[in-house]
Formats: sequence, structure tokens, C-alpha cells
Amino acid sequence: MEEIIHDQELESKEYFINMGPQHPSTHGVLRLVLSLDGEIIKKVEPHLGFIHRSIEKMCEHDSYTQIVHLTDRMDYLSCHINNEAVCLCVEQALQIEVPDRVKVIRTIIDELTRLSSHQLWWGVMGMDLGAITTFLYGFRDREMITDIFEETCGARLTMNYNVPGGLFFDIHPNFQKRTKDFLDYFKKKLPEYDTLLSDNVIFTQRMKGIGILSKEDAISYGVTGPTGRASGFSCDVRKHHSYMAYDRVDFKEILDTEGDCFARYKCRINEMWESMQIIEQLIDNIPEGDYKVPTKAVIKLPKGEWYQKVETARGEFGVYIISEGQKSPYRLKFRSPGFSNLSALDHMARGCKIADLVAIMSTLDLVIPDIDR
Amino acid sequence: MNWLYDFTYLTQSIHESLSRNFEQGTVVLIEMILVGLAFMILFALLGLVLVYAERKVSAFFQQRLGPMRVGKWGTAQTLADVIKLLMKEPLINKNADKFLFNLAPYIIMITAFMTMAALPFAKGLQALDFDIGLLYISAVSSLGVVGILLAGWSSDNKYSLIGALRSGAQVISYELSVGLSLLTIVILTGSLQLSVIVESQANGWWIFKGHIPAVIAFIIFLIASTAETNRGPFDLAEAESELTAGFHTEYSGMKFAFFFLAEFANMFIVSALGATVFLGGWMPFHIGGWEVFNNIMDYIPPIFWFFGKVSFIIFLMMWFRWTFPRLRIDQLLTLEWKYLLPINLMNILVMAFLVLMGWYF
Repeated sequence: MEEIIHDQELESKEYFINMGPQHPSTHGVLRLVLSLDGEIIKKVEPHLGFIHRSIEKMCEHDSYTQIVHLTDRMDYLSCHINNEAVCLCVEQALQIEVPDRVKVIRTIIDELTRLSSHQLWWGVMGMDLGAITTFLYGFRDREMITDIFEETCGARLTMNYNVPGGLFFDIHPNFQKRTKDFLDYFKKKLPEYDTLLSDNVIFTQRMKGIGILSKEDAISYGVTGPTGRASGFSCDVRKHHSYMAYDRVDFKEILDTEGDCFARYKCRINEMWESMQIIEQLIDNIPEGDYKVPTKAVIKLPKGEWYQKVETARGEFGVYIISEGQKSPYRLKFRSPGFSNLSALDHMARGCKIADLVAIMSTLDLVIPDIDR
Repeated sequence: MNWLYDFTYLTQSIHESLSRNFEQGTVVLIEMILVGLAFMILFALLGLVLVYAERKVSAFFQQRLGPMRVGKWGTAQTLADVIKLLMKEPLINKNADKFLFNLAPYIIMITAFMTMAALPFAKGLQALDFDIGLLYISAVSSLGVVGILLAGWSSDNKYSLIGALRSGAQVISYELSVGLSLLTIVILTGSLQLSVIVESQANGWWIFKGHIPAVIAFIIFLIASTAETNRGPFDLAEAESELTAGFHTEYSGMKFAFFFLAEFANMFIVSALGATVFLGGWMPFHIGGWEVFNNIMDYIPPIFWFFGKVSFIIFLMMWFRWTFPRLRIDQLLTLEWKYLLPINLMNILVMAFLVLMGWYF
């Protein structure tokens, strides 16, 4: 009798699903090959290269001012911070000390970029979880920041406001007023984000205890940014390797120990409060002075190697330049946060369900061009 | 205007004039065709109105304007969409089971039609009024899941299959709650006949007369019927961020439109059922003993009462959909089997006790 039962027992087999490259929640052209047992994920294998534009190779043929323009095509949501990384690296090589005014303006725009990126992340994450309305709320609030950018830099997404040695041009006269207006507005709106998602039973149940990443794993996978900090990995470049005006402002590094999706969510929400605090401290104290240090028309770096890292909205972004003394670098390497963060996906998603995978990917806040470059 | 208050006159006069000119069998046949036509028109109208309403409601929730270009305030948008869908090429996967693939949308549509037949729209406006109306509706509406399962199975797409199986698990579980919450009221009415249920609410709707158990039953009915119609936050069968479009991923053109229409028709049906059982159907808002007030309420024709209540419940459902995130499949089943079902069973007991003791109005 027992044998018969054993024979009749249904065997479940693993099967594969191609999630992407065209899929609503891979946020671009990321292809994930999922091994599934029913709804449960056995393995996630990311396949990259669908939006590979060989930016690093292109950099080897471009001048340093041109390279800046390529970087905001990578992580387009923190384009200003990417631009800044290249500029900082070049300035470091040329030993240029930028004026205080540039430092403060760069820091303010950095934080505005981070805010707008987190707003978009919040909206998109709600949509990934099925609450489509959040998407439009996120975009509504982001609109004000892009308007500020448009007025000052002329562009809304790929701003190219930085040049080696300073800024392209000075800030718009309205900049301070509009930024303050935005802060007043967004301080009222951010608690609404909590009302809509953070306090929602369905939302918290889908987030808590899902996709846990321990501190050790976060460090070994090189996970940085809010994703790493939610696991307790203190990795804020702004604190540890301060650049620009970050050493003169008072802000907290948001840390959490849970390491689950909800911790990552909370981390980003709290980072928005911190960003607003940073901007508030600086916006009235923009020192007078030049907005640019004059550089040569063709910048040639001396022979050598330089590395500069900054904190983008997604984590640690590094620029590594090897120069042979020419007008373009011999080799240039970008350390993008998205790539390292993605590598932890398989570890986090194993044993979860398909819906959880979407939640985990959302809280990783992936931008695919940043991963592929 | 008398006919607007009591459709029996209208239907009787049609029947009599037909009987004078035709034989008995022909009369029945003609009447069946007429009723079928009426339902088709209602179905098309529902599709047009509800799709537009959902787009506008969602737009206002999301601080947008919604469709504005086609016609005044975008009212002709749905019509334009239908024309677009009609002109689209119906694509079928190479390895799809063509017969089942083509059959699935019709099954869903047919179940929606069949369910509608038993709904009392207004006084005397009901195609089928028989003594097991409620049972018939819950039985027929559960057939719809067959269409979804077939669609998912025959599409030859793993996303569709996962969506269909999710939907199967979901609909079968939540049907229990829908049935039990309706039964709670049946204890009060003592009849499964929908017209009797409506008549029994002449002195007040059951949600007011039935004390707390009726309110609990109504809330459970709302949750469970949203789940049964596969709408957000229970739209796991479609779950566009996980399964692209779930069971209808591979459908295009009019076949896709059928699924789309059926979703809205089902939403209307469960809302109508909820309105009939809990909110008095076409019965105006009456308070027992208040003659003047009741007379004033009677001035509003029953059909407006019915559609008003239905649109209220539909609005509630849209509100859910555009506010809440989606549940996960295990949470969905936990909610049903660990919370809703036990609460429901207890609720029925309490209601039975109330009825036994006569503690209701």
C-alpha cells in the first residue's frame, strides 16, 4: 500500500521563467532567469548587457569635459552626483580647490537629486506592489524639483551642471526661493507618504521579514547606499569620506539593523528627511564668490591614477582614472552601486515568492543603465 | 411615468400584445430574444460607462484629468478604444491550444450574462425570478473561473498559467465567504428568492435592521466579492508588476476586450448582488412607521435607487483598487481561511441566535 502511495505522489519539478528583458517591474531591460518551484523561487540569475553602451570605452576617447556628459546617462536619477564624481576626480588630479560657493551649490543640488530619486523610487515601489496611485504622487512631488533644475541648469533629467573646476553657470536668482518653497511643500507631503504606504497593513505585511540581508552579507556583496545601511552596514561616503560641503552640515547617517525590505523602505524615507535638513542648513548660507575656477580649454591630467567616490541615491559611486598625460584617460572605470546591489539579489530572493522578488527588486532601487553602463 | 415605478405594467402589456398576435411558443421565443437583446445592450452600456468611470475615478484619485480628448470630457474614449480593439489583429501563440484559447473569453462572458438574468433591477424588471435565485447566482458566477483557468492553460505562457492557477485558488476560496455572508442575510429573509429578499426590506434595509452581524457580513461580502472578481488589491491573477498581465497576457483585440468587459460586468454583478441583499435592492430608503418620509422617498423611481446603490458599491471597489497595494498569494489565502471564514461562521451563528430570539427589527 505504501508503495502505491509513493508511486502516485506527484513530483514537482523546477521550471524556468524569463523575467525580462521586457517586464514591467524590472525597471528597464534587465533579464532575470528564475528557477521556480510553483511560486517559490529557487534561484535568480540576472543577465546583463541589454543596454550596454560601452561608456567606459567611450571615455577613453573623450576629453574630460566630455566624460562628464556621459556619466548622467548611467544612473540618470542621480545624474548630478555622477557628474560631480568625475569632476571631483579631475579636480583632485589637477589639484584644483573649488570655491566655497561651488561646494555649497553642488551639495544642495546633490541632495535635491537624492530627494527626487527617492521620490521616484517611492512611487515606483508602490506601483510594483500594486498601488498604482503612489506612482503619480511620487511624480507630482518630483515635478517641483525638476522645475528647479530646469530653471537653473536648463535640463530636467540629464542636467550636466558640473564641469571640472566648478559649475557651468551660476544659480538662477529664483533658486533659493523655489527650493525653500519646495521644502515647505514637501514637509507636508512626506507624512502623507507614510499614511498611504508605511501604515498600511497590506504593505507592512508584504515588506517585513522579506529579503533579509545580514550585515556580513551586505559587506561581502559590496552592497552600499540605503540598501546596505538598512542592514547595519555604515557606508555613507558623505560621512566617512566627506566631500564638498558635507563636513560642515549636521546630518545623521540612517542605519537600521533589520535588513529586510521594510528596513530599506524606512531607510530611504528617513533619508529624505535628512536630505531636507541638509538643504535647509545650506540654502540660506550660499557664500558669495566665483562659480567656477578657470581651467584650460583642453584638460590634460598628469600621469597617474586617481579614485574618487561619492554617495549617490543608490550607494557608493566611484570613478577610477588612469592617465598617461593625454587629453583623454588611458583607462576609466566606474564603480556603480547598482551592479553590486544587484549581485545580492539571488541571495535575498531564494525561498521567496514571485511577488516578494518584485518587492525586493523595488527596495534595491535598481537603475539598469547604471548596472550595464 | 407610471411604468418607471412599476415595470410590471410594461412587461405585461408587451406580453399581452405579443400573445394577441402569436402562438404561445413563438411568444416565449420572441420574449427570450427581447430579453437577450436587452441584456446585450445593458452589457455594452455597462462596459462603456464603467470603463469610463474607472478611468475618471482613478484619474481623480491620482490628481490627473483622465481621458479628455475624445468627445466632451473624454466621454467617447471607451468607444474609441473599442474601435481600436476591433481593428487589432487577434494573435494566437503557435503552440496554444486554439480551441480552448478561443473558447475561454466566451465562457467568461456567458457566465456574466447568465448571472445577470436573475438580478432584480427594479420592480417587475427581472428576467428570471425563481425560488433559488441567490443560489443560482452564486453557482453560476463561480463558473467564470473555468474561463480564466482555460485561458491560462491554453495560452502556452507560464505567466498566464501562474496567473490562472492563482485565480483558481483565489476564486474558489473566496466564494465560500461570499456565499456565507449572503447566507447570513438569508437567515433573516427565510428565502433565496431575490424578489422576496427585496420585498422583505420594505421597512428598512437589512444592513440597518440586522444589527452588527449584518454589517460584518456586508464588510466580508465587500472584501470577498472584490477578491472574487479579481480586482485590486486582490488582482493576483493579473498582477501586472509580477505576471505582466496574468491569464490574459497572450490575448489581443476583441478577445482581450471580452476579458476586460467581463471584469467590469462581474464588478457590476457583485455590486448589484450586494445592493440587493444588504442595501434593499430597488427598494427606496424606508424607515418603518415614518409614512411621510417613506412617501417622499417613493418619489424616486426604484430603478434609480438600484443603480444608485450599485454605483455606490462600485465606487467603494474602485476606491480599494486605487489605494491599496496588492496582497501576496499566501497572505490572500491566509486572510480567507484563517480570518474571514471563521469570522463568517461565527457571524452566522450569532445571526441565527438573533433571529431565534427575535432580536431584530
